Parts: sequence; structure tokens; C-alpha cells
Amino acid sequence: MKALQTNNASNLKIKQHRFVEILLKIFIWVCALLTVSFVVGIIIYILVKGIEGMSWNFISTPAAAYPVENYGILGNIVNTLYLIVITLVIATPIGVGAAIYLTEYAKQGRLTKIIEFTTETLSGIPSIIYGLFGSVFFYSVFKLNYSILAGSLTLAIMILPIIIRTTQESIKTVPIMYREGAMGLGATRWYMIRTVILPCSIEGILTSVILSIGRIVGESAALIFTAGLAYNLPNITGIGDIFKKAMDQGASLTVQLYQYAARGGEEMKYAFSTALVLVIVVLIINVLTKIIARGFKKVK
Amino acid sequence: MAELNNSDIKIVTKDVNLFYGDNHALKDVTLDILSNKITAFIGPSGCGKSTYLKTLNRMNDIVPNVKISGKVLLDGEDIYENGVNVTYLRKKIGMVFQKPNPFPMSIYDNVAYGPRVHGIKSKARLDEIVENSLKGAAIWEETKDRLKQNALGLSGGQQQRLCIARAIAVEPEVILMDEPTSALDPISTLKIEELMSQLKEKYTVAIVTHNMQQAARISDYTAFFLVGEMIEYGETQQIFSRPKNKKTEEYITGRFG
Repeated sequence: MKALQTNNASNLKIKQHRFVEILLKIFIWVCALLTVSFVVGIIIYILVKGIEGMSWNFISTPAAAYPVENYGILGNIVNTLYLIVITLVIATPIGVGAAIYLTEYAKQGRLTKIIEFTTETLSGIPSIIYGLFGSVFFYSVFKLNYSILAGSLTLAIMILPIIIRTTQESIKTVPIMYREGAMGLGATRWYMIRTVILPCSIEGILTSVILSIGRIVGESAALIFTAGLAYNLPNITGIGDIFKKAMDQGASLTVQLYQYAARGGEEMKYAFSTALVLVIVVLIINVLTKIIARGFKKVK
Repeated sequence: MAELNNSDIKIVTKDVNLFYGDNHALKDVTLDILSNKITAFIGPSGCGKSTYLKTLNRMNDIVPNVKISGKVLLDGEDIYENGVNVTYLRKKIGMVFQKPNPFPMSIYDNVAYGPRVHGIKSKARLDEIVENSLKGAAIWEETKDRLKQNALGLSGGQQQRLCIARAIAVEPEVILMDEPTSALDPISTLKIEELMSQLKEKYTVAIVTHNMQQAARISDYTAFFLVGEMIEYGETQQIFSRPKNKKTEEYITGRFG
């Protein structure tokens, strides 16, 4: 004790440390506070600006042809749902398949490294470039014109990296002893994957699907050039029409938001109302992800 | 070793060499495993005993960069020959691992996993196999009322007995056990040891163990491994009372390891 009390130099140092620590703590607090206040601020701003144009009529009816005065986004909601479903139907099997191949079958080496690097790069490409590519490739080469299908195909390429990476990570966490157990009983690789690996990594796959939905809902640039700008409801008189809608043009909520905002003036408030709907949807998706992840943890 | 030849030989291994990349993990291992006996492999960590065990049902195949030479004959048939059906081989030679590794599914589905792999679909047949296997692994009484519950809810010792039940559900001829009790408490260990003595009536058992007392208690034959070489092999009693090799003696008297 005595040594500590008399050693003034080291006491001084301790005080300095404490001062730096307090400063850092304040800094970190400010950073955290800023982040939270940005998020809260944006939500409140959108809420305030969007509430004006919001009405039951707005979300329950499609827009009537411009410049007729009915503003509604039901058509866009339907389009967005179409985009989500079709994109996932295309991308999930391919992504999960690729992830299985990369982790279970491919010889770990340069090729898998290259594929993984490519996937990572793919996820960093700005979405407008996907849109540009989609408009040339799917619109012109595949003659899909502006259609929900062309948009979905473009989005599918865009979300593949999310699905592949997330699924891969969750496959990698399946304990090696499960594999040994299955192989030791004579299971073939595919049988093992089907009965042990996939059930164990379903959580990761679901997470990737939900993350993808978030990405699809939030995407606009890739869709403007591919899925078009239509906002009408599908004219459904038979089962076939449900599928035919995929070949029609269809603007998603985000694209509609862009249109409202681009025209500006009176319609600006509808842009905010659309934004409000989007924010709520994204929030719901986030909460859903958390609930699903937690549910799985409990089961385990 | 002359006295061994009179009995029924189940597995013959001849000049088995195994490389993990550049690492020479098994060096000219030659030994015979006898039917309906418990053969124990002992030796310090890294001596190759587990690696050797895994060559017997080709579990080393899943490790990348493995090279194996020499002969492993099961009932006279070379299991490393081209065209050998590994699925069928592993049906004949089952395995129990160091850490209990039941799948995260129900007790029933765990035991039925192997039979399903080999194409058994009939519910009645599966029910019968599950019951018999669980009885065979001395865990039926504890599990019969909760077959549909998740196997991960069982205790460690129960899980390991479940894994034994899972292994015998495919009616193997040989059961390989890789330190099956090293993760278990003494009471569970005792139960598994009792079980092994019962198992050898129907199966040929080969066990890797760290625990020399265990080898001495339960096995009929013991092989001592050291840095990839099989140093000495003989009747357990002889190995532990009158080892011929100096190194074996040093190891079993606890001078290293």
C-alpha cells in the first residue's frame, strides 16, 4: 500500500488513463446515440410526412391512370408480392444448391475460393448495374420485355450471394460428428445432406430467405429497367391469369415511390405515404427474422 | 502369436501404411482381429490407434489428402479394392465415436436412421428394430416411453448407449468404438463396459481406449501402438502381466504416455 501511495508518478498515469477512458466512453455514447437518433428521426419524419397522404383508400385501391385523381398503391403491393415470390422460387433452390455444392462436394481449393470471391463481389455490385444487365439480357435477349418475370430474374441474380453465403455459413456450423455419425452408418453423402445437414441448417436458410425478402422489397434501381412502371391490378378471371401476370409490367412499391417523388409537387406526400408502408414492411421483416432465429435457438 | 491363429479371424490387416499428406501416421501395421472378441488398441495420444481403427471401415476416406496402402481384409475380402460398396461395408462394420453424437432428432429416428439408409421402410419392421436395438444397448427401459422425444435431451451416458443402439440397428458384424467412454462419467462408463461384454457374444468389437484399466478389464486382446507403429499385440492378460517389449512395459507401468 505504501509503495502505491508514495509513487506519485504512477498515480498520475492512472489519472490520465481514467481521463482518456471517460473521454472514449463519451465518444462511444455519442456515436451510439447518433445512430439511434438517425433511425428514429427518419422513421418519425416519414411518419409525419406520410400520414397526410395515408388512408385506407390509398392502400386498398390501385392508382387510376394519371392524371385521374386516385392515388393508391394496391397494385404495387401486389406487384411487390409477385416479385418476392417469383424471385425466391428462382433463387432459393439455386442458392441452396450452390451452397451445398461449395461446402459438401467441391474440393476445397482454388476453384471454390474463386467461386466464393465471385459471389462476394456479386454482392458488392451496385443494383443499377444489375438493372442495366437485366434490361439487356432478359428484356432483349430473352424477349421478356418489361415484365415482373424479367425483374424477378434480375433480382434473383442479385440475392443469390445472400442466400449462398448465409446457407454456406450455417452448413459449416453443423458439427462434424453428425457427419461422421451418418457416414459411419453407411449413409451416402446426399442422404446425409438431406437427412442431417439440411435440417440442421434450416435456420440459416430461412434467415437468408428473409434477408432476401428485405432486399427485394427495398430494391428499385434494378427494377426500373426490367419490371416496368405499371401499377394496375392483375385482371384475374382464371387460374392461368395468376401466372400471366408475371409477364406483365409491374412497378414495385419502391419504384412507385420513385415515380411519385420524381413527379413531385402534390404527389410528394404520396411518395412519403408509400415510404411509410415500406418502412413498416421492413420493420415487420426484421422482427420476423428475430423471432424465427429465437424460435430455433429454443428448439436447439 | 501362434496361439491366435486357431481362433476365427474376422479382420486381417497387412502392412497398412497411412499418410495424412506428408505425415506418416501408420507404419506397416499388421494384425488380426478375432471374431466375437474385444480387441483393445492402446497407446499415447497421436500414436495412430484411432487412425488405425478408422481404416477398418474406411472412415478415413472423408479426410482430404489421405493415402492408404496395404491390405485390410474383412472375412477374406479386401475392403479397399475398387468397386467395394462403402455403404455396405459400413453396414457390416459399425462405429461408435468418442463424443456421443446422436442426431438432433427423436430417439426413434436416431435408431431407425441406419435401417432407413439401407432401405427399410416398413413401420412395423422399424418398430421392431428400434425396440430390439435399444434393448441390445441396455437403454430400452429408460427410453421406451419417450421414443418421440429429442435424443439431445438424454444424458451423456444415455446418448452414448443410444449411439450404440444406432450402430447395432443395422445388424453389423463388427463394432468399432473410438474411445467411447472418454467423455462420460464413471457410472456411465461402467454401464458401457458391461454392455461391451454382452455385445461380444453377437459382434466382434474393436475399441480404442486411453484408459489402460479399461483395456485390461474388458478386452480379450490388446495391441499397443506408438508413433504409428504397432509395437506389441497379444492376449490382454499377457500384455499387462508379461509384456515382451520394453516400450510396452514402460507404457503400461505408466512411465510415459
